Amino acid sequence: MIRSAGWFAALSGALIAFSVIYIAFGDMSIPVERVVQALFGEGLAEETLVVRELRAPRLVVAVLTGASLAVAGAILQGVFRNPLAAPDLVGITGGAAAAAASFLTFRSAAVSIGWLPAAAMCGAGFVSMLIYLFAWKKGVAPSRLILVGIGIGALTGAYTKALLVFGNEYTAADAYLWLTGTIYASSWKHVLMLAPWTVVFLLLAVYQGRNMNVLALTDDSAISVGNNVGRSRFTLIVISVGLAGSAVAIGGVIGFVGLIGPHIARRLVGPGAHKLIPMAAICGSLIVVAADFVARTAFLPYDLPVGVFTAGVGAPFFIYLLYRSRKR
Amino acid sequence: MTEQGFSRFSYKLAGLLAGAVLLACGFIANIRWGFTSVNWSDTIAALFHYDETSMNQVIVKLTRLPRALIAAAVGASLAVAGVIMQAITRNPLASPSILGINSGAALGVVLGVTALAIQSQSTLVWFAFGGAAIAAATVYGLSALGYEGMTPMRIVLAGAAMSALFMSATQGLLVRNQSSLQDVLFWLAGSIAGRPLELLVTVIPYMAVSWLGAWLLSRHLNVLAAGEETAVGVGMRTSLVKLVGGLCIVLLAGSSVAVAGPIGFIGIVIPHVARYLAGLDHRWLIPYSAVLGATLLLLADLAARFVIPPQELPVGVMTAAVGTPFFIYIARRGKVKA
Repeated sequence: MIRSAGWFAALSGALIAFSVIYIAFGDMSIPVERVVQALFGEGLAEETLVVRELRAPRLVVAVLTGASLAVAGAILQGVFRNPLAAPDLVGITGGAAAAAASFLTFRSAAVSIGWLPAAAMCGAGFVSMLIYLFAWKKGVAPSRLILVGIGIGALTGAYTKALLVFGNEYTAADAYLWLTGTIYASSWKHVLMLAPWTVVFLLLAVYQGRNMNVLALTDDSAISVGNNVGRSRFTLIVISVGLAGSAVAIGGVIGFVGLIGPHIARRLVGPGAHKLIPMAAICGSLIVVAADFVARTAFLPYDLPVGVFTAGVGAPFFIYLLYRSRKR
Repeated sequence: MTEQGFSRFSYKLAGLLAGAVLLACGFIANIRWGFTSVNWSDTIAALFHYDETSMNQVIVKLTRLPRALIAAAVGASLAVAGVIMQAITRNPLASPSILGINSGAALGVVLGVTALAIQSQSTLVWFAFGGAAIAAATVYGLSALGYEGMTPMRIVLAGAAMSALFMSATQGLLVRNQSSLQDVLFWLAGSIAGRPLELLVTVIPYMAVSWLGAWLLSRHLNVLAAGEETAVGVGMRTSLVKLVGGLCIVLLAGSSVAVAGPIGFIGIVIPHVARYLAGLDHRWLIPYSAVLGATLLLLADLAARFVIPPQELPVGVMTAAVGTPFFIYIARRGKVKA
């Protein structure tokens, strides 16, 4: 107990420290003591603008998307009792991206852009339903589910690419960036679009934590402690879809955060959901903030998509997991 | 090993000839129909006594004929690469696209074009080979950990992860260089439209060598497909066979991607169809796959012109639409060991 409290303190501290660094450094570096002044609008006009209108909203979006993706992954890994499940691998992010791209392409002027997260969630939900349906064969074996997810993921990817090819040149370049996972040019408008969904679904996830613990047992034991397994599983998947879908709508496909975040969290605080979910949220935020800091500053003047860096770390890590968990 | 498909030599040969006829029909159809309607006499005239004053004949000769040739060569190459991969990994879901070989090759090409500003196609092909080789080596390294350890399902997962890594690196490179994004996007979705014939001429030697190499390797692939232990038991040097097979895969997938971008699912669908028709003997499987793969890509390319006229879908989108249900069918059939 004391050990996990320590980890919570350590990682929250790291997140705060990284946030300060994130805001202070970049194209234009600002001394740390002036960052706070700028945040409260008391610094130089130029610094205030950079901090308050460019870096702060982007930081908040990084924190929110990271937390959403990691918790979505933590839930999926728990529900399917499979450490390799992640929203990007089982096709949920692909579905969200396809729906969001369709929304951006076919949206009539009458529909507010604010519905983008909802559209992405619907896409994610629809695709995960399809995957679940096609993987169904007297029950859903996790391995079959993941394979079907990879197949459907290829299809949604092809669809999204087709949309991009036929979009006009300007939209295509933008949409393409977004598909790689980027939070470049995030503004407070994006924060407002994303934050309500993240907060609601994160709270729901914590609230449903008990069910997640029960589902980690075998189905039989879960039923024998009086849990309606079907319903808990469904509720948890809906939460996961909501989190992943809204994150994709704003940040695009930031890959592998939903895989690594929960893994690190489980290493630190163990599998109990009431600790795992908050810890996964912190880890996910930390990953995206750190990755975006590197993406933003390492190759100046280029501001690269954060998804390139999460994938660069995540894919080798995933293969290592596959290797380590092999049957001997 | 149960014999399936046509059983006797003469039947198999007849089946292959029928496939060749189908291929010829697909080829003719591919150059005959399209957005600009060209009648039969112009189509035939363009092939046999070309008249450069006829607009339709010019279209057939300079636009559609190269395109059909590219479709046939790429389709055959991807299918053969799929057969070899499925034999070596003993994995019914293995194919250049699923295991990330295509995206590796695509990353190689994009790296060459954007970061190193290479224009020469013959040099870019080597970048495609390099990327494909890195992906293939990763998959090979993982499968070498042992059949029991790295089950087919795990190798597919590793391939998906590698694929995601290569794609995001490709995207990262393209972000720096947005001027030609629209062209590259079409190629990245898998497209054979408007590709010059010189491209095919550059890669056809590599393709031809690999087709032949694959066919010469077919007896060894038969033994290997029966199981590693069996293969070692009859005194086969399995690592040498795998190396040569891997080389063929890299050359086939690399040249296909250099010409047409990463086109998915041909490499997974066709070997299964070919196995259904020709049985398990790779001496037949490889020519069957080549013929059927070429036919499938020709037909998919033809269909891609009629989905949303007057525009064309990238053919990679068409093959994904056909291939995904098939992939799910194989995954559901339960022969994939988790």
